Amino acid sequence: MAEDISVQNPDIIIEDEHRFKTNTSNRISPVSNILLNILFALCAIICIAPILLIIMISLTEEKEILVNGYTFFPQKLSLKAYDYVITAGDVIWRAYGVSIFVTVVGTLLSLMVICLYAYPLSRQSFKYKNFFSFFAYFTMIFGGGLVPWYMVYTQLVNIKNTIWILIVPYLMNAWYMMIMRTFFKTTIHESIIESAKIDGAGEFRTFFVIVLPLCRAGLATIGLFCTLGYWNDWWLPLVFVTDSKLYNVQYLMYQTLNMIQYLASGSAQFAESSKVLADLPSEGARMAIAVISIGPIIFAYPFFQKYFIKGLTIGAVKG
Amino acid sequence: MTRSNTTIISASTNKGFLHEVKKNLPLFIMLMPGVIILIINNYIPMAGVIIAFKRYRFHGSFFSSIIKSEWIGFQNFEFFFKTPYAYQITRNTILYNFAFIILGLIIPVTFAILLNEITNKRTAKLYQSVMFLPYFLSWIIVSYLAYSLFSIESGFINKTIIAGLGMEPVKWYFEPKYWPFILTFFQLWKYTGYNVVVYLAAITGIDGEYYEAAEIDGASKFQQVWYITIPLLRSLMIIMTLLAVGRIFNADFGLFYNVPRNSGQLYPVTDVIDTYVYRALRNTNNISMATAAGTYQAVVGCITVFTANYIVRKIDKDKALF
Repeated sequence: MAEDISVQNPDIIIEDEHRFKTNTSNRISPVSNILLNILFALCAIICIAPILLIIMISLTEEKEILVNGYTFFPQKLSLKAYDYVITAGDVIWRAYGVSIFVTVVGTLLSLMVICLYAYPLSRQSFKYKNFFSFFAYFTMIFGGGLVPWYMVYTQLVNIKNTIWILIVPYLMNAWYMMIMRTFFKTTIHESIIESAKIDGAGEFRTFFVIVLPLCRAGLATIGLFCTLGYWNDWWLPLVFVTDSKLYNVQYLMYQTLNMIQYLASGSAQFAESSKVLADLPSEGARMAIAVISIGPIIFAYPFFQKYFIKGLTIGAVKG
Repeated sequence: MTRSNTTIISASTNKGFLHEVKKNLPLFIMLMPGVIILIINNYIPMAGVIIAFKRYRFHGSFFSSIIKSEWIGFQNFEFFFKTPYAYQITRNTILYNFAFIILGLIIPVTFAILLNEITNKRTAKLYQSVMFLPYFLSWIIVSYLAYSLFSIESGFINKTIIAGLGMEPVKWYFEPKYWPFILTFFQLWKYTGYNVVVYLAAITGIDGEYYEAAEIDGASKFQQVWYITIPLLRSLMIIMTLLAVGRIFNADFGLFYNVPRNSGQLYPVTDVIDTYVYRALRNTNNISMATAAGTYQAVVGCITVFTANYIVRKIDKDKALF
């Protein structure tokens, strides 16, 4: 053991020195480096500027918007829009409630369904793994289209205008399932399962007590994929929801972009007098809702980025 | 009943399906929730494609409506292809996707290569993070961003840039000629960062020794990129492109519906198959024709996926989807 270390150490040092040396000489010239930095700084600005613009609009006074339009540098900052959103927006809070419930419950259920489906397919000894892989995979290649899909959820499994319509259609995702299967395959050796079996653990016990805890990184990756999918979803409410109690944040934003009065109409307190309606910081308020809906994403962004890149590389290795 | 089942199982050979179910019952139970969701969400709608060949009338329930509606063969398709929309939406879908595929290959690969060369790795990482951010925003948010730039009364472009130049404000949401560029811009804005991450992961995976050897032989930076990086990225580039080509008949509904705010004047340049089918379902009573348009998309889309996959298979068998 001691011999091993003494033999290996000099090697490592030499290799490191070598790498360091080549790295500096194989660098681009300082001028090109500056040019590249300028190029990417511009790209970064283009990516971030529209987001900054809506943040600034949400902080601009309503009167100023009417005069100067949307600007990056309002003359006076005001929190009136947020004040309005927080104090008067029953509609808004309801929508947040729906979004949070759907995201949390949807992600948990979806993880369950995906992992339970992916695990048997990752088992070498499972004879029908190819059949069930294809069963899931085929849905990525061919679909019946929007109309029959719409009819299934309105006529056959009638969950239109219930909270479940915002969850059920996304529970199973063939692509995520494939990524999860790869995770299981690469982290869980068949011998672990074998030894659990010998120790008398049933399949379910093995899965929940041994397999899942070992695949925490995979769960985090797919969990974040699902979270993002549910939080950003506006397609299901657009197609199925007509009951305004079930609007999620995204769909509420969709509605308010089309009808600015929508926010006021749901809030009894403000609907009473048309005078108050005219005063209401509607332009700023809808941008404030947009900013609040981006908030959680920005907050969780470091996690998202880390696990997304992990998921992407695994997905790219073998779909 | 149970008794006869058991006799069948015991009588069948070891390779029988029922025997397998009995042996691995827990595994089959695990598969069930997923199977049920797939049947409801995907396989029953596939069967619903029959509606495209019928004159659809509602008859009380899902299945009886499909069965009892009158069979009219390809009439719905004939009707759909006789409208001027069939050509318009097919053209828009394919041309936009074509532009997105080309730009979505060239720009991210170039960016990934350049980003990898930036000397300060921390700044490079920061650029990557900022450019990846738009991928995480929904199309509704993107439509807000577009609106804050292009709004006719108070948008940043009309009120600040155009007014600053002393020109007449542009009625963005009523002028089709600008939209091919606006839509392409937002598509790139949302997805470039994501694709850069994919290519950058591949570039950082390349063995540094190739570059060391090339450098010793006196290869310039440009030569190193051209003769090492690009050839090593080639298979990923081909696969990403062919996968996108396979989906050339599927437009991104969010982009084409939300960003132009479903403005009727813009349909000639913003209407794609997906938005057309959605509006046909919502606004017209001709459900059968909407299904026909959707079926046309699904069938042609399926053919393109199979073709693309066939070509991927020829290039690199491991990268094929099936």
